[in-house]
Amino acid sequence: MHDERLDVENLHLWRGDRHVLRGVSFSLSRGECLQVTGPNGSGKTSLLRTLSALMYPEEGRVLWRGQDVRADLAAFHGALAYLGHEPPLKGELSARENLRYWIGVRRRIGSRALEAALELVGAGAWCDRLVRTLSAGQRRRVALAGLALLMVPLWLLDEPTTNLDREGQQLVADLIAEQRARGGMVVTAVHHELPASLRDLRRLELRA
Amino acid sequence: MSRVVTRIADSLVQTDTAPSTQTPAGPDTAQASVLEAARLALARDLRLAFRKRDQLVQPLAFYAMVTMLFPLSISPELSRLREVAPGVLWAGALLASLLALEFLFRDDAYDGTLEQYALSGQSLTWLMFAKTAAHWLLTGLPLALMAPLAGLSLGVPAAALPGIVVSVAVGSIALSLIGSIGAALTLGVKRSSALLALLTLPLSLPVLIFGARATQLAISGGPLLAPIELLAALAVLGLTLAPLAAAAAVRISLE
Amino acid sequence: MTWTWFHRLASPPYIYTLAARLTPWFAWPAGLLIVAGLWGGLVLAPPDYQQGDGFRIIYVHAPSAWMSLMVYTTMAIAAAVGLIWRIKVAHAVAASCAPIGASFTFAALVTGALWGQPMWGTYWEWDPRLTSELILLFLYLGYMGLRAALEDTQRADRASGVLAVVGVVNVPIIHYSVTWWNSLHQAPTVMRLAKPEIAASMLVPLLMMLLGFTLFFVAILLVRLRGEVLSRERSASWIREVVSA
Repeated sequence: MHDERLDVENLHLWRGDRHVLRGVSFSLSRGECLQVTGPNGSGKTSLLRTLSALMYPEEGRVLWRGQDVRADLAAFHGALAYLGHEPPLKGELSARENLRYWIGVRRRIGSRALEAALELVGAGAWCDRLVRTLSAGQRRRVALAGLALLMVPLWLLDEPTTNLDREGQQLVADLIAEQRARGGMVVTAVHHELPASLRDLRRLELRA
Repeated sequence: MSRVVTRIADSLVQTDTAPSTQTPAGPDTAQASVLEAARLALARDLRLAFRKRDQLVQPLAFYAMVTMLFPLSISPELSRLREVAPGVLWAGALLASLLALEFLFRDDAYDGTLEQYALSGQSLTWLMFAKTAAHWLLTGLPLALMAPLAGLSLGVPAAALPGIVVSVAVGSIALSLIGSIGAALTLGVKRSSALLALLTLPLSLPVLIFGARATQLAISGGPLLAPIELLAALAVLGLTLAPLAAAAAVRISLE
Repeated sequence: MTWTWFHRLASPPYIYTLAARLTPWFAWPAGLLIVAGLWGGLVLAPPDYQQGDGFRIIYVHAPSAWMSLMVYTTMAIAAAVGLIWRIKVAHAVAASCAPIGASFTFAALVTGALWGQPMWGTYWEWDPRLTSELILLFLYLGYMGLRAALEDTQRADRASGVLAVVGVVNVPIIHYSVTWWNSLHQAPTVMRLAKPEIAASMLVPLLMMLLGFTLFFVAILLVRLRGEVLSRERSASWIREVVSA
């Protein structure tokens, strides 16, 4: 339990003729947060998707707790939360229902935990409205509530502050700080810098 | 702030059967079992379909329309229609279930649900199975229940109707399963409906053959157990292989 | 370990040169066998006592029908190898197979229809073999359609690979169900495109044609494979070396 670490060795990824990832390597241990920066098309999303083992790199490997993630994909995915560009929510379900199904597929959640998570992201007032009636920022907040509920050691976040107001951005920073304090790890692709309250961020710059 | 998160962690531990010594960032002892996950995936699809009913209504309306084409294009005489009824009923069911495949994965692929399923740590095969089961409940079963109406309009005797319901119900299980493979394979494709038909229909022909035969026997009062058993065999084969293939195809579409 | 030969075999530059070197070894015997088989079948073999000279189309029809299935099986095996071990060259083989197989299937359908005219008095009869062949053509078209629809080569490889494997599981089921269907509806007096009782002088050319078609397939496959490898590796440095050499 204490040897939780993520090691990334020399990732090379091709998309057609494009050499997207050119030898990306880094290691992350408990409590660390890696901020991946770079212009559009530099492969930030591809890196996150390769780390999550959705994409197969042509070369290199990803190790979780010293073991190739492909050796036990289910265990790795059980320890991982991935948030993509769009919050994975259904417009025809309320925020609360969305969380119950999305998170419930992975772990048992009690209604108190659900309430607390919705409260945490400031969704208490509108959590029973259908998601299609919510603003983009509100949807993002629902996704963050899901992240808090998952309680997993590794977060992969793709532009987590998109569409969020200043308060929402601070919420992201608080969640990341909390995750680190618990000994969790975060890899996040960012376009805008994360709030300054986050310290000791490690950086990885990808070039287009 | 951090107190709130700790409270979440506490209540998680309390509501779960997990031991309270669990560290929040440790391995997930409160992990949902694969059956719970499948049940939730199924419940989610059913609830969504009842919120937005086009998935329920459109295939049925389409089935009724296809059935109506034949009296208008062949003859209104029931004796002649009765002869072609098995073909009409099954070609209609095949096309309607093909149409319904559009609803199976499209929205989930678009909003990232499939991605979350693939990264859930749960067996994607089981989740695909659950989704296909929901799809059958939402389209196959209603089609089977509507087949008697279509049959009556084609001059099928009332005694044949139970046999027809059973054969369409069993056959549509196989159709949903075969279709799930095609729908998953065409996930990355724009304007995929023609391609989906080209992939799915040849694989569905055995279902059409056995199903139409069962219907024919039901109408003529013959023993229809043999073709229904063959349909069931196809359904069982589909149950064992199709969710695997669909899960592989979904993963490929996410690469 | 034993894997080294495997990976050497799977490397595109190696395959490219190997395919070039092997092609004549299949092409020439194929040509000789087909010419000899045709001569034996069309000239030397005696006319059939029932069908006269009409039966001679079997020398093209039967090998085409045989190849249509064999190519599909080859394609599915190559696709499965590519899926399981993630070998790109195996996917290139599968992709190269499809148009060849579809052509053989088409040839089998056309020759079957031409044969049907003197036998049944109609170009198309819902004979179980012809019907299965027609469905097989649709399977090929679906495979090629899926490949064409997916822009990313890797995704096209893997998705179409799953389809080929699913298809090959279904081919026997389809064949069985079509035979079953036909046995219910067809009057037993109607003549089928069945294997006629065959004399040795008829059989030997047929076997030569079968072997010739198989070698012909391998030769064409090797040529297509080279094209496929070239187009996939168009940005790799070894291509420039090969082309400028």
